[in-house]
Amino acid sequence: MTHPIEDHGLLRLLTCGSVDDGKSTLIGRLLFDSKAILADTLSAITKTSQRRGMQDVDLSLLTDGLQAEREQGITIDVAYRYFTTGTRKFIIADAPGHEQYTRNMVTAASTANLAIILVDARKGVLTQTRRHSYLAHLVGIPHLLVAVNKMDLVEFSQARFEEIKQAYLDFAEQLGIREVQFIPLSALNGDMVVDRGENLSWYQGQTLMEILETTPSAQRRHAAAFRFPVQYVCRPQDASNPALHDYRGFMGRVESGSIAVGDSVTVLPSGLSSTVKAIELGGEPLADAATEQSVTLLLADEIDISRGDMIVKTGELPTQTKQLQATVCWLAESPLDQARTYLIRHTTRDTKAKLAEIAYRVDVNSLEKQAVSQLAMNDIANVTFKLAQPLFTDPYVDNRGTGAFIVIDESSNNTVGAGMIGRESVCF
Amino acid sequence: MLFSRQQTARHTLSHLDWLEAEAIHILREVAGQCSNPALLFSGGKDSICLLRLAEKAFRPGRFPFPLLHIDTGHNYPEVIAFRDRKAAEIGERLIVRSVEDSMQRGTVVLKHENESRNKHQSVTLLEAIEEHGFDACIGGARRDEEKARAKERIMSFRDEFGQWDPKNQRPELWNLYNARSHKGENIRAFPISNWTELDVWQYIERENLELPSIYFAHNRPIVYRQGSIVPVTDITPAKPGEEIIDLQVRFRTVGDITCTAPVISDADSIEKIIAETATTTITERGATRLDDQASEAAMEQRKKEGYF
Repeated sequence: MTHPIEDHGLLRLLTCGSVDDGKSTLIGRLLFDSKAILADTLSAITKTSQRRGMQDVDLSLLTDGLQAEREQGITIDVAYRYFTTGTRKFIIADAPGHEQYTRNMVTAASTANLAIILVDARKGVLTQTRRHSYLAHLVGIPHLLVAVNKMDLVEFSQARFEEIKQAYLDFAEQLGIREVQFIPLSALNGDMVVDRGENLSWYQGQTLMEILETTPSAQRRHAAAFRFPVQYVCRPQDASNPALHDYRGFMGRVESGSIAVGDSVTVLPSGLSSTVKAIELGGEPLADAATEQSVTLLLADEIDISRGDMIVKTGELPTQTKQLQATVCWLAESPLDQARTYLIRHTTRDTKAKLAEIAYRVDVNSLEKQAVSQLAMNDIANVTFKLAQPLFTDPYVDNRGTGAFIVIDESSNNTVGAGMIGRESVCF
Repeated sequence: MLFSRQQTARHTLSHLDWLEAEAIHILREVAGQCSNPALLFSGGKDSICLLRLAEKAFRPGRFPFPLLHIDTGHNYPEVIAFRDRKAAEIGERLIVRSVEDSMQRGTVVLKHENESRNKHQSVTLLEAIEEHGFDACIGGARRDEEKARAKERIMSFRDEFGQWDPKNQRPELWNLYNARSHKGENIRAFPISNWTELDVWQYIERENLELPSIYFAHNRPIVYRQGSIVPVTDITPAKPGEEIIDLQVRFRTVGDITCTAPVISDADSIEKIIAETATTTITERGATRLDDQASEAAMEQRKKEGYF
């Protein structure tokens, strides 16, 4: 081994804001400054004395792809960027900031655990800030961080920072956002990004990098129930190895909760129960498995299980529903058509579905609810789908894994919608 | 809401465990959603990681797909020998289709005898896909390699001509992958999209994976040509007037001889390679792929034509 380095896993984050807010500069600085931290981490003996907040590097060079793409009209894309500090790996999803890119932001937010919402210290909280915060909250990003950038242009004024913070908290409360952190910084100069700098001594909190390095990477606010959608069934039936003759491994990723050998489980939709005989990865035994681990489960009883089924702990059943009430973001150029049948993919299970009702659309700028008869690209709406087969769901706010679905147009096979299941799905 | 580093560590899979779990999930989605996939295996470090991930995903069963290599006929012999030995060792079926066969069929026509065959792999790949009826090809491409790759989905759709349309990609949300395709169309699946070059090396170290020898520092005759280091081989001889130098080098990426350049390095162990990778400022392809230097959009162009 190189040498034992603490590993704090991986954090997926989202940056919201426009180029004008200094987003490219901030991303450039994170990519650039983290190199020095990485070198420090890996070289245990020699520490780099180099100050990290370098002044004379053109940070935009590191993110130049972004702007060029937009000029070329490739507007549909989320750009992913990677950096590491040696103790933690980061994936930045960067979505363009403008109004028409709601679908990009929803896409980028769907895998993020932290959102950096950039605010220009001169401009304060704008409509765009509200839109980004609403979407980040809607998609259930557990950690919101408001970065008040360009503090150098307001003379590093604490009063200005507090003013913006208060304005943000006022509308955050209306949205039901309970947890949010604030940080003043200057991405251009590097103040409070990695180094504290000289100019913001009144700020006592963590630097941006400290926040990124210590924020929990998985969503664990809810002691979530065990959910294991079956992806694939392994039946080796290898003639040369009789020990494998009866082997049936149920392969999947733990969407939430944890499981140990000996636990009682129920299989859906059959409702049959058994106990976990073994947990394996690559044919090697494990004692238990937790959220986000890909494993293979073996059960004590011979139960017919196939892809699309879900294994849960007995007594922790999800909701079985044939009517899905959800917040949907429409992603396709062709509008949601009430007359058509779509395919809904939820965990590893597919079912045909038809739109039953659009309750309202949300204007992402004013946050007003509007009555509409159809949904166009980038619309966010509260809708109900009728399903051909039942799905086994949890509310999205409790469980991203079993609360999310995508809508597929079977003629093109395109992904045309993204849905987050509400609390009111009707049980059958 | 403050978290100490210790609290954070306790709650988390290590970054390699997380990347591994994600890749296994993607591999199993391909197996679950596609009826006839193949895994592209070249003997290079990224596809060596893919093999280990496939073992973790599907053992004790067999892989639900064969291995496929598109051979330009201009690969380093060490790598080809490694490829064959590795496939035999893990007991999986290896299909090799060669650009030379496409040349004999007349479907690949070189502009001149010395033209690189690398970009013509696309033709041979599409022919192999049609011959075997593959509806998905699993590849070891990573988003950090190159700008065009950074835009690519984990499940990336190709039309019946094998073309990629970067402006019209399927949105990819959560871990709900859409690998659906109609007959004749194709999905390219990239389980290690979110890995960086450093992650790959750390995984190789952790899993103790064997690699072809040319990844490690060794002495090799080279010439300097237009600022690049060009290895001197039978296929790429020195040009008149060029000075042949014996240099200690290693390969960061391994592919067709005509377009893969080594870097100067004394890193003869994985530990040293990791240290070197962590501090380097040049991207993997920028340093070592002569084909991508041709133009900024070279990779994007090749991908549109069906390259993986």
